[in-house]
Amino acid sequence: MTTTDEKIIPELVRKRRSPLFEVFLRLSKSPLAMFGLAIIFILVFCAVFAEAISPYSPIKQDLMHMFETPSSAHWLGTDEFGRDILSRLIYGARVSLQVGFIAVGIALITGGMLGAVSGYYSGWLDNCIMRVMDVLLSIPQTLLAIAIVAALGPSLMNLMIAVGISAVPTYARIVRGSVLSIRSMEFIEAARAAGSSDLRIILKHIIPNSMAPIIVQSTLGVASAILNAAGLSFIGLGIQPPNPEWGAMLSGGRQYIRDFPHMTLYPGLAIMLTILALNFLGDGLRDALDPKLKR
Amino acid sequence: MLKYILRRILMLIPVLLGVAFCVFTLLYFTPGDPARMVLGDLATDEAIKEFRDKEGLNDPFLVQFGNYVYKAVFKGDIGRSYSSKRPVMQEILTAFPYTLKLSAFAMIIAIIIGIPCGIISAIKQYSWFDTITMIFAMIGLSMPVFWLGLLLILFFAVRLRWLPSSGFSTFKAMILPSVALAAQSISMVTRMTRSSMLEVIRADYIRTARAKGQKESIVIGVHALRNALIPVVTLCGLQFGQLLSGAILTESIFAVPGVGRLMVNAIMSRDYPMVQGGVLFIAITFSIVNLLVDLLYAYIDPRIKAELK
Repeated sequence: MTTTDEKIIPELVRKRRSPLFEVFLRLSKSPLAMFGLAIIFILVFCAVFAEAISPYSPIKQDLMHMFETPSSAHWLGTDEFGRDILSRLIYGARVSLQVGFIAVGIALITGGMLGAVSGYYSGWLDNCIMRVMDVLLSIPQTLLAIAIVAALGPSLMNLMIAVGISAVPTYARIVRGSVLSIRSMEFIEAARAAGSSDLRIILKHIIPNSMAPIIVQSTLGVASAILNAAGLSFIGLGIQPPNPEWGAMLSGGRQYIRDFPHMTLYPGLAIMLTILALNFLGDGLRDALDPKLKR
Repeated sequence: MLKYILRRILMLIPVLLGVAFCVFTLLYFTPGDPARMVLGDLATDEAIKEFRDKEGLNDPFLVQFGNYVYKAVFKGDIGRSYSSKRPVMQEILTAFPYTLKLSAFAMIIAIIIGIPCGIISAIKQYSWFDTITMIFAMIGLSMPVFWLGLLLILFFAVRLRWLPSSGFSTFKAMILPSVALAAQSISMVTRMTRSSMLEVIRADYIRTARAKGQKESIVIGVHALRNALIPVVTLCGLQFGQLLSGAILTESIFAVPGVGRLMVNAIMSRDYPMVQGGVLFIAITFSIVNLLVDLLYAYIDPRIKAELK
């Protein structure tokens, strides 16, 4: 631990760095968060360049090579239709990341707006919105997603909508909470006195200042969205075959688990590593964005 | 206190009505004619029309919803399953004990493992035990329950042949599903106990207890633990609610005949009254559990109790 003097003086001398950079500096001190970030970069790389790096087509069947265990030709083996598991995992990253980010996007935009309006205006509008959120919160998230997909029918788009909507109340609550705590601060009063419109105050002052908990929640939210989506696909409510999706691959390999466990091992590992990486990153971000919390 | 309880119970009513409305609307607009589903593709148009009239399917949406709620509240009737033709309520009530048992076992496992691990982690912060526990807790949080379930089956049922891979009738059969379901809760309870303990340990009254020469075991076991466990109790309650609904995947992997599997099967066979009833039932249970947790919280935390008086 450095003494206070040593800490303060360079701080004064040093040029002011952007807050984003400061956060990244603090984040880089956590090895687990960096590990998470690295995995996520690899996944994004796989998702973007899936065509270039995957050794085989993810959906082409090869009935001569069914149920092969890992070998030099098929690094992670093949499945019941002779499809290369590694290639399917690489393409699956695309689906999972897409579902994760878009679902969180839906939840964040809808929930964030509702929460911001609710927190900013309070009164009857707040009451209405939050009671609706209470109703949605009293249906467990997985269950709500299942009900929505069951009603809309299984497809990639519906999966994203279902997972997204089921997470809306969480974001609405978080945003509302931070808006409420910021709304009464002096700089908001100053902005109002300077004649800013409500919209401008919400967009320019309140949202940027309530970013920290939202960023953390979104990172963790992507993880739970991917997990949720994989779960839905696992019970047959998500991506339909033959499209490569990790949860669906797991469910496909399930009936062969006695003889060919590699079919379930690797897709599960892919899901777990992704979630783990996002969770590590989320935890690291929480500490980095709020230095007060740490020690 | 009594007034608080009554108010909370009254507040539950509009929420549950809202849930019923959401679920009803969702499935009302689902494509597919219920009459066709019940009578089959070969039914004549007259038969379909008769059925629609009899079941009130031609009534306006709100009338149908009103009837649904009326029957649910006063007769406990939430429809009839398309596939088994039995009342939905009856089916759910047969299945629910399994789900309840599974969740309860999982919760007990989570408490037995999670709380001690969390306490030791907090007392020995930054030790190897703490680091390893925290990494394991993170892995537990990230582990999809359906994958963990399959891995457990692979090792303990297929390879070692110690435990059966499905069913829920014997104690041995209950072990694997409970452990699979518990994994996430163990991690949550551990993390919560640790962070809550860490916060409490730094409080002034702990320093006071130490300063007056109290034995360390009593400082931790009595002074710190009692305060640190309050948020953990809340978490456990909320987790229990989550487990009741999270059992869906676990049940379908281990073929436990609970509400979750009932619902998955219903979704697969497009048995909408069943899905509707199942969602409603779980949401009600979830809300009631959450209400009980809130009341318990107010009861065990003297600060809140004082506020309510």
